[in-house]
Amino acid sequence: MPETAIEVRNITKKFGVHTEHEVTALDDVSISIKDNEFFTLLGPSGCGKTTLLRLIAGFEYSTRGQILLYGENLIGLPPQKRPINTVFQHYALFPHMTVAENVAFPMKMLGKDDGETKKAVNEKLELVKMQDFANRKPGQLSGGQQQRIALARALAPHPKVLLLDEPLSALDLKLRQEMRTELKNLQRETGITFIFVTHDQVEALTMSDRIAVMSVGKIQQRGCPTEIYEKPNNRFVADFIGETNLLEATVSKVEGNDIFCKLSDNIILKGEGETGKNVGDPVTLAVRPEKIALSPISEQTEGSFTGKINNSIYLGTDTTYIISVNGKSELASVEQNSAVGKVRFKIGDEVCINVADNAIRILED
Amino acid sequence: MEPAKREATKRWLGISPAVLVIFIFMVIPICIMAVYAFLEANPYGGVRPHFTLDAFIQFFFEYDFDDNLVFNSAYLNIYWRSFVLAFFTTVLCLLIGFPTAYYIAMQPTNKKNMLIFLVTIPFWTNLLIRTFSWILILRDYGVINNILLGMGVIDKPLTLLYTNGAVLIGLVYTYIPFIVLPIYATVEKLDLRLLEAAHDLYANRRQLMSKIILPLTAPGIIAGGILVFIPSLGAFIAPNLLGGGKKLMIGSLIQLQFASSRNWPFGSAAALFLMAAVLIAMMIYLLGPARKTDLGENAG
Repeated sequence: MPETAIEVRNITKKFGVHTEHEVTALDDVSISIKDNEFFTLLGPSGCGKTTLLRLIAGFEYSTRGQILLYGENLIGLPPQKRPINTVFQHYALFPHMTVAENVAFPMKMLGKDDGETKKAVNEKLELVKMQDFANRKPGQLSGGQQQRIALARALAPHPKVLLLDEPLSALDLKLRQEMRTELKNLQRETGITFIFVTHDQVEALTMSDRIAVMSVGKIQQRGCPTEIYEKPNNRFVADFIGETNLLEATVSKVEGNDIFCKLSDNIILKGEGETGKNVGDPVTLAVRPEKIALSPISEQTEGSFTGKINNSIYLGTDTTYIISVNGKSELASVEQNSAVGKVRFKIGDEVCINVADNAIRILED
Repeated sequence: MEPAKREATKRWLGISPAVLVIFIFMVIPICIMAVYAFLEANPYGGVRPHFTLDAFIQFFFEYDFDDNLVFNSAYLNIYWRSFVLAFFTTVLCLLIGFPTAYYIAMQPTNKKNMLIFLVTIPFWTNLLIRTFSWILILRDYGVINNILLGMGVIDKPLTLLYTNGAVLIGLVYTYIPFIVLPIYATVEKLDLRLLEAAHDLYANRRQLMSKIILPLTAPGIIAGGILVFIPSLGAFIAPNLLGGGKKLMIGSLIQLQFASSRNWPFGSAAALFLMAAVLIAMMIYLLGPARKTDLGENAG
């Protein structure tokens, strides 16, 4: 069992307390982040993820609760006394210093001698492949290059935890994809605990060991990327991560872990979920579009039902079909074009719909 | 006309009013002054059109009883004293002005605008009147001495007026808005995220000031310093009124030559020396530290 690096205990943060604009940014949030983990706080803007990061960094003070770093209470310590560094969204490189001076800055502030500072600067610049730019000023570098320098600078003093505040959001797509892999590698190579904040689900899914999905100041779900994607707990998580079909249904039969649900049009689907639902309860079902397979109406099998193609959207690698069932509920299904050879159905075609086993998730309210 | 050329012409037309004003009101008067410095003085004011170096000789030498030219440091002393006073004025203005400007820049927008407005209020009253009011404060039975006497701290009035200290107070008072405004402008543009980053990277308050805030606001500090140093070097209202005119400063000296002494060539020569001194001081100021910290880039 790995050690806990950061333990957030019942943190509440309110802004504008005692004014009419009081806002609760974080509402009794607890998380524990393990040593050497790539942990992501994922959520839309305003969900409190950046506030939580700023509390860990020491830029904000919590209204209530504790934050522990390897068991030591951080509350009350200013940022300069915490062995935690931040990579800022807009890099925040010092414009009057060269790249090397920027990376050397934390070492000098910690009172390290010249030899050690120089060694750290060279090492970290090499790590981010920027050693040729040591004597440039930040203003002479591209966004991606500045990002690397910001990383090198934050890693130079070898912090116990590295906080990354949407560091990729200002980069263009291609660079962002490259940096994802690089960040993950960097985390593995350095063995430093990374806490990464993002609103981008792809970033979260590709890089993280574990993810906490946040919304309105609360943690909605935490788990590894597959858990978050395959087994969303609630409507928010299912909807926020990836594409999903949300279906309203009522419970018709409960058999152990299998819960049979009836859609409005008398179609019965078998779903799973940790909810204590009884027969007759209304529920929301979530099904990922790629778990819905289509076949020609002539090949109808048991347990499938029929629908009509309303729209087909060609996406290169995939095709998304929007299907109406009994002229009512709409479903989205994604087919990989390479797997089926070509776009198989046209608008207006009647199709047979097969939902994969264990694909239906019953959401908590 | 080809487009590039037309663009250039347009640009010249655009800036021509400014160029014209500078030429008529700056370049021509300086040329006239330079010419007058080499002419003979007319005892009733103005000049006689005879070439002479008298004005420059008078600056460094005087005639003794036997009509020999001997070196005279009186005028150089005036320049030196002016430089020292201007230097201390600038330093004091910086020490008071920087924290003031920094404080104002860190306030919420509404309060910030109000405070900046307050800084400019002294400009609404004539400088002469404002300087006279310092006489009321500093004189033997003025505000300060009366308070001290009343409290029993002293039993006879302190000599505050007509001292170098009084001149210094007057100069600092006059020029402090000139240093607050440019520093305010640079501090206001300061990216606060950089300050957060510096704290995050282990800088304490003192290091934050010396490594981040001061270097980044250096353009404003230098601009403000120049705006205070140069006018206080040539100032004559504060030195005349608060210094009592006993110890001359450059401004008073020049003013005297054109007024009561009616020695226009010498006044012109003194003004030329002042200009040369300012230019040299500026070069040292700008080229020296500026080259090291690479201010050109910071300004952007």
